[in-house]
Amino acid sequence: MTMLKEGRPTAPVAVADAHMAPATVTGNRALMLEEALIFEIGSTDTTGVDFAPAPKVASRLAGLERRAIGLPGLSEQETVRHYTRLSRQNYAIDLGLFPLGSCTMKHNPRLNEKVARMPGFADLHPLAPQSTVQGALAVIHELAEWLVTLTGMHSVAMSPKAGAHGELCGLLAIRAALEARGDARSVVLVPESAHGTNPATAAFCGYKVEDIPATPEGRVDLAALTARLGPDVAAVMITNPNTCGLFERDLKTISDAVHAAGAFVYCDGANFNAIVGRVRPGDLGVDAMHINLHKTFSTPHGGGGPGSGPVVLSAALAPYAPLPFVEKQGDTFVLIEEESAQDHHAGTFGRMVAFHGQMGMFTRALAYIMSHGADGLRQVAEDAVLNANYILRSLDDVLDAPFGDSGPCMHEALFSDRGLADGFTTLDIAKGLIDEGFHPMTMYFPLVVHGAMLVEPTETESKAALDQFIMALRSLAHRAKAGDEALKGAPYHAPRRRLDETLAARKPVLTWEAPTLAQAAE
Amino acid sequence: MSRYFTDEHEWIDVEGEIATVGITDYAQEQLGDIVFVELPAEGTTFDKGDDAAVVESVKAASDVYAPISGEVIEANGALEDEPALVNSDAEEDGWFFKLRMTDPSELEGLMTEAAYKKFVAAL
Amino acid sequence: MRYLPLTDTDRQQMLSVIGAASIDDLFVDVPAEARLSAKIAGLPDHASELAVERHMSKLARQNLSAGEAPFFLGAGAYKHHVPASVDHLIQRGEFLTAYTPYQPEIAQGTLQVLFEFQTQVARLLGCDVANASMYDGSTACWEAIGMARRITKRSKAILSSGLHPHYVSVANTMAKFTGDQLVHDAPTLSADADIEALIAGIDKDTSCVVVQYPDILGRIADLTPLAEAAHAAGALLVAVVTEPVALGALIPPGEMGADIVVGEGQSIGVGLQFGGPYLGLFACKQKYVRQMPGRLCGETVDAAGKRGFVLTLSTREQHIRREKATSNICTNSGLCALAFSIHMTLLGEKGLRELAALNHGLAVQAADRLARVPGVTLLNDSFFNEFTLVLTKDAREVVRSLADKGVLAGVSLGRLFPQHTSVGNGLVVAVTETVTAEDIETLAQALEEELA
Repeated sequence: MTMLKEGRPTAPVAVADAHMAPATVTGNRALMLEEALIFEIGSTDTTGVDFAPAPKVASRLAGLERRAIGLPGLSEQETVRHYTRLSRQNYAIDLGLFPLGSCTMKHNPRLNEKVARMPGFADLHPLAPQSTVQGALAVIHELAEWLVTLTGMHSVAMSPKAGAHGELCGLLAIRAALEARGDARSVVLVPESAHGTNPATAAFCGYKVEDIPATPEGRVDLAALTARLGPDVAAVMITNPNTCGLFERDLKTISDAVHAAGAFVYCDGANFNAIVGRVRPGDLGVDAMHINLHKTFSTPHGGGGPGSGPVVLSAALAPYAPLPFVEKQGDTFVLIEEESAQDHHAGTFGRMVAFHGQMGMFTRALAYIMSHGADGLRQVAEDAVLNANYILRSLDDVLDAPFGDSGPCMHEALFSDRGLADGFTTLDIAKGLIDEGFHPMTMYFPLVVHGAMLVEPTETESKAALDQFIMALRSLAHRAKAGDEALKGAPYHAPRRRLDETLAARKPVLTWEAPTLAQAAE
Repeated sequence: MSRYFTDEHEWIDVEGEIATVGITDYAQEQLGDIVFVELPAEGTTFDKGDDAAVVESVKAASDVYAPISGEVIEANGALEDEPALVNSDAEEDGWFFKLRMTDPSELEGLMTEAAYKKFVAAL
Repeated sequence: MRYLPLTDTDRQQMLSVIGAASIDDLFVDVPAEARLSAKIAGLPDHASELAVERHMSKLARQNLSAGEAPFFLGAGAYKHHVPASVDHLIQRGEFLTAYTPYQPEIAQGTLQVLFEFQTQVARLLGCDVANASMYDGSTACWEAIGMARRITKRSKAILSSGLHPHYVSVANTMAKFTGDQLVHDAPTLSADADIEALIAGIDKDTSCVVVQYPDILGRIADLTPLAEAAHAAGALLVAVVTEPVALGALIPPGEMGADIVVGEGQSIGVGLQFGGPYLGLFACKQKYVRQMPGRLCGETVDAAGKRGFVLTLSTREQHIRREKATSNICTNSGLCALAFSIHMTLLGEKGLRELAALNHGLAVQAADRLARVPGVTLLNDSFFNEFTLVLTKDAREVVRSLADKGVLAGVSLGRLFPQHTSVGNGLVVAVTETVTAEDIETLAQALEEELA
């Protein structure tokens, strides 16, 4: 025989301590690559873009020519690597379950990205003559019609740029409406379980904020609220479904009482996903509600914005809506701006943003809404609620569910840290979930529950994904109850271990600076 | 010199008409790692109960109320560079500000150290 | 439904685990009168990807996009070429479909980008620190006015007549509710910016002076004297930059003494998008950092001693401070900040300077050519890539008429300042690297015909 034995080994070789991974000299771990800052790897002489030479002209820069800027550049290939490597240090919906309560992290369809990038939308100037942007105005108008119909409201202000901006829009409309009837009111009532933005917004609008307590079963205390109504109350801000994941059964009764007292109902629509197609807030007496297009209608969160927060308004508030907005006049779409508003929208409280709102989000949301249609959107709410209740009932024997007896939850399930071993916290469970390959749930919110864990799976998770998540969370609950010390060190397998937030806040380092010679020598 | 306490977890050392104010050891323990203290400017005048300072942990910002009326004559500059002093020595080096009292009779409603200890134990 | 993974079998199994007979049992808390028993009438049912794409594509085709015509619009939004790799990278799912980085161990990608972004913005604007971005330039401008109020404890802001009128409108809307007093005059068709008038207006009640650089008419002025005058009166200087590419050529406001510099970052990396989403830039002096609104990312270390990044100083924010927050703003403009940062990294200082020089060179050529058109006068002595032409008739009509001929000529001052007919003949023309010599000639000839 010829005995050819050259070449590589084809089965693993036995190594002593095979489970011990030695450190690498680069700090890299195979596919997980460490990446320095652009200021450490780039240079001011490097660029990844080529330009035609500039025409030789006499400068008209008023003698204000700039000297050094200090901005490093990278070649295109280095740039692509830098950001690709960084991207791999992020968890994302594309990677797995992202059950962040109150944030509605659902699948972001790629059709929406494609549509938003059509040059007819993406490459359009906001001040282009209206005759050249009829299709864009049509998109805004079509989306507005959907939102008004789905909520059973009178009209919608499209320009607010995010949920909190929408809250501001709603409260400004309320204040304008009250001022128009010469009714100065000074107080806004906010349930204690509200999103922190609610009181911040009310205070910004010049109102005094008063808390309304919750009942032991996790809903607004109707008696306390109605008792507080009076001629000084401008509005009540209510989240429905609320931040405990429950439907506010009494909202219609509350609205009637609020209206009878001459005030308005603002509804925080952050949780609209639970009821879209099953309940119209207009039927519950709501006067204003923002809709987070980046939650219910799946525009991507993008690592923290941009969002979009159109506000649906009742007939009573519509005359005070902000500029600009789109109106259909015959076959033409018209943008109502400062000039045209003087004639037939004189009550407007004014402009909130430079242009027309988040057009790039409107196109995505419209594509999403059309894809689902009336039947699909109703199914969205049903599956979102079904998934949340499935999680609630699959875990309430191992985790404390403070409102587990208050009836079914809506689109999110709420647990507390009660019953964990001494010294173990919600944070430990959250960080343990990271090692198990999931994004943690919302922690420590709402504040009305100790060590809150708010789980919102959304409708776009399969039963298999939910079952795996439930298995992981059950295991973590057992470990935290049994006092497994190892849990306090989690995560072990993420790109970073727990980070020192105290250090970051005590000695804030917010921009990069070149190390001094002494530091470099170390 | 005598030391008083409030139910808002502040302590007050009184020497003549000058009162030195800080937060109690119990309070700093509840707040966790202090990362920043916002102090009043010299010359500011407070009525009892006014917002006088802000103490921040990573998670929360808490208001410190003026426990007594008066004019600020000095703020503890050391806290600007080293807010951790509030954690390590809340009731001595971690003081916040000194007031020239305008109404010393307000001291009458405040607690002694023993009363405060009892108050905290009941929380 | 292609986005919904549950099967009917799944749903039945899950209902039985829950102990509910039907899905309706899960909605029992909805009062009967508000329960919809079936899908909402009058709306279409779900549609295929093809059908949706076809519909949206039809609407998109009804627009005349900037790339299809000689295009000269600016006034707060600018068309620049964005390298292909920018859009490729921001579409990576790990960036696109991530949330705000509240779990830093698994969000270092977003956090490092924000730290780099903050440093890039601070350096570009000539400031010590910058935040992780805001909604857009107009809201950043208003937030700067509020921040100046908190710092100076005064509430009278003087707004330059050269500030973008929509930014003025936004500030006016907000000021009505916060009680701030805003002083603002309409612009005049003068070659000089209104620095002297602003200096004359400063008094002991002034919280800040807000000035745009280059201003809405494209004019450039040294801000140093204004900063000195403001500081002498205990007021702050807020500078607004709507075209950050200009700072590849011009001394930044921060180096001329501005205390707060805000801007619209759209022109680097983001694209026109019919007005949004855009990118609010916000930078200031180090000593004011705790009064700054918006998110901040800071450097720290992890439990193993490795460098890492976290959101920090968040006690200024609404979710902790509630009614005492510095602002009610909750989101930044993360993905737009990413696009800006990637584009800026590709450019680097070398590329940014070349881009700025190319913009300026083409703008000078265009201004000189257009000024030779009978009936056209060039207003500006100084400008970067945008200047104002004074025509012999109302520029609004000219813009509309030229649009009908397929030329997007610029932004008329009549549209920007509808109440001020005295500036109605002004046309603001922007010239970026996307404009060709042929485009300039087309505009010149179209203007000549129109004004003949």
